[in-house]
Amino acid sequence: MSPLVSIEGLSVAFNGVPVLRGVDLALGKGEALGLVGESGSGKSVTWLAALGLLPRHARVSGSVRLDGRELLGAPAAELDRVRGGRVAMIFQDPASALNPVLTIRKQLCEALALHRDLSGEAVKAEARRLLDIVGIPDAGRRLSAYPHEFSGGQVQRIMIAMALAGNPDLLIADEPTTALDATIQAQILELLSSIRREMSMAMVLISHDLGVVAENCDRVAVMYAGRIIEEAPANQLFADPVHPYAQGLIGALPPLDGPRRRLTAIPGTVPDPANMPDGCAFAPRCALAAEPCGLAAPSLAPIANDRAVACIRAEASRRALLGIAAE
Amino acid sequence: MGRYFAIRIGRAALTIVLVVTFAFVVLRLSGDPALMILGPEAPPEVIAAFRKAWGLDDPIWFQYLDYFSAIAKGELGRSMRDGRPAIELVLERIPATLALTLPAFVFKVALGIPAGIYAALHRGSAIDRAVMMTAVAGFTVPSFVLALLLVLVFAVQLGWLPSGGQDSWRHAILPIATLSLGGAAVLARFTRSAMLEVLGQPYIRTASAKGVPWRKVVTSHALPNAAIPTVTILGFMVGTLIAGAVVVESVFSWPGVGRLLVVAVANRDLAVVQCILLLVALTMVTSNLVVDFLYGFLDPRLRARGAHA
Amino acid sequence: MSAPLVEVAAISRSYSMRSGMFGRSTAVHAVDGVSLAIPKGETLGLVGESGSGKSTTGRIVLGLEPPDSGEVRFDGKPMAAPGAAAWRAQRARMQMIFQDPLGALDRRLPVATQIREPLDIHGVGEPAEREERVRELLRAVELTPAHGARYPGALSGGQRQRIVLARALATKPDFLVCDEPVSALDVSIQAQVVNLLTDLQAQLGLTLLFISHDLRVVRQISNIVAVMYLGRIVEIGSADDLFARPEHPYTQALVSASPAPGRRSAGRIVLAGDPPNPAARPRGCAFHPRCPRAIARCASEVPVLSAVGGNRQVACHLVTGPQVETRDAA
Repeated sequence: MSPLVSIEGLSVAFNGVPVLRGVDLALGKGEALGLVGESGSGKSVTWLAALGLLPRHARVSGSVRLDGRELLGAPAAELDRVRGGRVAMIFQDPASALNPVLTIRKQLCEALALHRDLSGEAVKAEARRLLDIVGIPDAGRRLSAYPHEFSGGQVQRIMIAMALAGNPDLLIADEPTTALDATIQAQILELLSSIRREMSMAMVLISHDLGVVAENCDRVAVMYAGRIIEEAPANQLFADPVHPYAQGLIGALPPLDGPRRRLTAIPGTVPDPANMPDGCAFAPRCALAAEPCGLAAPSLAPIANDRAVACIRAEASRRALLGIAAE
Repeated sequence: MGRYFAIRIGRAALTIVLVVTFAFVVLRLSGDPALMILGPEAPPEVIAAFRKAWGLDDPIWFQYLDYFSAIAKGELGRSMRDGRPAIELVLERIPATLALTLPAFVFKVALGIPAGIYAALHRGSAIDRAVMMTAVAGFTVPSFVLALLLVLVFAVQLGWLPSGGQDSWRHAILPIATLSLGGAAVLARFTRSAMLEVLGQPYIRTASAKGVPWRKVVTSHALPNAAIPTVTILGFMVGTLIAGAVVVESVFSWPGVGRLLVVAVANRDLAVVQCILLLVALTMVTSNLVVDFLYGFLDPRLRARGAHA
Repeated sequence: MSAPLVEVAAISRSYSMRSGMFGRSTAVHAVDGVSLAIPKGETLGLVGESGSGKSTTGRIVLGLEPPDSGEVRFDGKPMAAPGAAAWRAQRARMQMIFQDPLGALDRRLPVATQIREPLDIHGVGEPAEREERVRELLRAVELTPAHGARYPGALSGGQRQRIVLARALATKPDFLVCDEPVSALDVSIQAQVVNLLTDLQAQLGLTLLFISHDLRVVRQISNIVAVMYLGRIVEIGSADDLFARPEHPYTQALVSASPAPGRRSAGRIVLAGDPPNPAARPRGCAFHPRCPRAIARCASEVPVLSAVGGNRQVACHLVTGPQVETRDAA
C-alpha cells in the first residue's frame, strides 16, 4: 500500500541554526502515528514545515509527498487546498488558537466555505452538525458566541470541529491536551479516537507525554535533537525500547502502580542546536556511547519487522536492557 | 452596557472639571494679569479699576466658583485684551487650524497605517528598515526642527514654497507636511508593532492551517485584531486636531488656535487661555469616549464585560 | 509515625470575585475546611485540577496568606502573625519553590548571589562562611561553582530549578512547599529533579508539601496523598494504596485518566462536563454533577471526610468503611 504521506530528508534551519536534521517518516491511510520527544526535538516543526506553516525565514529542504504529490515548494493555492482540506491541524493552546474577535460561526463557516461545495443555509447546518459531533451542546445558539465564552476543553472541541470541516484524510494534533486538566484531557483524547474510528482518518499525535501517545497510537516515532531515533509499534516501543534515549525516556517516567523505583534520569541536557556535537547527538548523555558514536550520526536502520533505530550501539543497548531486566 | 458607558461618561466629565481647575490654579498663581496687560508703569488707580472690573480682588475660591457657574451657563468670559467674548476669538481661529490638522490627519492615516502594515508583513526587508528608520527619525526630531528644515530646503534653498503666512493653499503645504510626517511616523511604528504582535499569535497559524489564503489571513484575521491597539493612538491624534499645531502654527505664522494660545499665554489673557484649554480637554475627552465605544465594537471580550453590568 | 511537623486544622479561604468589570461580586471558596497533618521527614502530596484550591492551601500553610478561619500549626506552635520577629524565625524554617524558576529568579544577578541572599537577610554566619555555604549548596543540587557565576538566562530549565532549590535550602529549612516544581520541565529533566528532591529529603530530613497535577510524580515522591476538588479534600491516604485502590469516584476518574504506556484507553472512566468553577460551586457534594455514580442524596448533602479503614479517609456518600457511623440522610 502506498503511503498517504511520505517525508524524506526533511531539514529545517532558522537563521542558519539547524533544528530539523533529516527526518524520514511515512504514514499509511487511517494510521495513528505518535511523535514523542522533549521540547526542541523538532516534532512540531516537522509538521509545520511539511504544511508550509513555518515563518518565512525558515530554510526548509527535503521532500514531503501527499499521495505522491510534492508539497514542499508547491504553489500557495495548492497548499491552501491541502491545509484544512486533506490535512488538518490542531494546536496546543486552546485559549489563543481561535481568533478572539470573530464568532465561532464565522471561523467554522470560513473553513467550510474553503473546502466544501456548500452555500447559504447548508453551510450553517453543517457548522451545527460539526459542533454536535464534537459534543458542544446547544450548537445552534453557541455558534454566535465568541471564543472567550468557552472553556479550554470546549475550545479544543471547536478546533476539532473546524479541523473536520474539510473531511481531512489526516489530522495532525500538536500537543492537543497539554494545556488541559487531566479529566478534560481524557475527554478530548476519547473524542479524537472515536472520530478517527468513524471517519477512518489518519492521525499524527504530537506529544511530550509518552502515556498519551502509547494509548492512542498504533506506531510511535521518538525524536531527539531534530532526528527520529527510534520507530516502532506502540506496544513494542514501550515494552522493549532499543535506543538508549528511548529507554531513558521510559525509565524517567514514574510508575503509577507497582513498586516504586528510583527514576533513571538521563544525565545532562539536550544539546544546543547551534552547537550540535559531531556524530550521534545523544552520545554526550549516553551511558553506552563509544568512540565511533562521535564520528558520524547514525542513520535510522531497520532492526526488525516494523522497527527501526538510529544507534550503532543498538545491539549493545539491547544487551544492557536485558541486563537491567534480569536484575 | 449602559452602565459601562455611563461610568465612562462620568469619568470624562470629571476629567474636564480637573482640567479646568488645573488651568485656573496655574494661571492665577503664575502672575498678576493686571500688571501683564497694563504694564508695570500703569498708574495704581488704573490697575485697581482693572482688578475690580475683572473680579481679581475677590478671594480665589470665589473667583473659582464664579468661573464655574459662568461656564455652566455657557459664558466663557471675555478677552482681557480687547473685551470680545473669548469663545468668539477662539471659534474664529478654529477653521484655520482645522485647515492644517484635518488634511494632516488624513495624510498621517493614509501614509502611516499602510506603511506600518507593509513593514510588518515584510519584516526585515529593505522597505521595513526604511520605514523604521523614518519612524525613529519622526519620533525623535522635534516638530519645530522638522519645520525649520523644511523651510530651509523648500522655501529658502529651492524657493518653491512660501515660508509663512496664510495667503494661498501653497502656504499650507509646509505646515501640513510637518504635521503629517511626524504623525505618520508614530502611526507607522505603532501599526507595525501591533501587526507583528498579532501575526505571532497562534490563531493566525490556525487560520493558515485551515487553508485560508495569506491575503485573507491578513485582512480578515490579523487586521481586525491589530486595529484594537491602533485605535488608541488614532483617538489620541483626533484629540490633537484643535490644538496639536501650536508649534507648527508659530513657526509658519499661521493664524490658528495654537498661535492664539501662545499669544494669550504670553499676555496672561486668562479667559482665552481657559477657553482654549476647555476646548482641548473637550476634544480629548470626546475622542477618548469614541475610542472606548470603538473598543466595545472591535473587541467582543470588552463588549461581554460591559453586557454583564 | 513521628509527630506532625505541620498541622493544618480546618482552614478556609474565600475571595470575592467580580464577574466582569462592574458585575456583582460573588464569594469564591478557594479552600473550604481543609485539615492535614504532615509527619516530620515525610511528604504529603496534594493533587487536583485547576480551581481545586491546592495552591491556595500551600500558600496558607506557608503563611503567605492568612486563612479566614482555621489554624496552621508549625512544630506544635501556631503560626505567628506576619511581620513579627517570631514569624520571621518560623519562616526561615519553611521555604517554597514554584513552577516557574525563571520568574522566581532575578535575571540581572548571578545565581550564586541569589543563593547567598537569604543568608545575608537572615544574617547566617560570617561572610566567608556564606561563600562556603553557597558552594556547598551548589554541590548539594549537583551543580558547580561555575554554574553559580552564571545568570539565570544562561542556565537550562532544570538547572534553574536546582538553583531555586539551593536558595530555598540556604537557611536550612525543615519544611518545603513545592508547587508544581517539575511541571514545566521535560521528562528526562523532571526525573533528575525528582531524584534530587528525594535524595535531599533523605539527607536533610526535610518535610515536604508537594503540590502537583501530575499523579505519577506525586506518587513517586509522597508518603501520603490528598486529593482536592473545589476547595475540599475528597480523599486522603497512603500514596501507593490510594493510587492502587482509589475509593472516591473523582480519584478513580483521575487515576483512570492518567495515561500509561502499554495500556490502551479501553475501560477508562471519562468524566462528562467542564472543569468545575469555584465561583459556582454545586450544592451538596461539589462533584455530583460530574459523578457517574451520583444518587439523590449527593445533590443535597455535603459528604464528610470519614475514615474507611486503614489510614484512608473519603468524603463520599457511596463509600462506607468499617469505622463509619451511619448518619441520617438530611
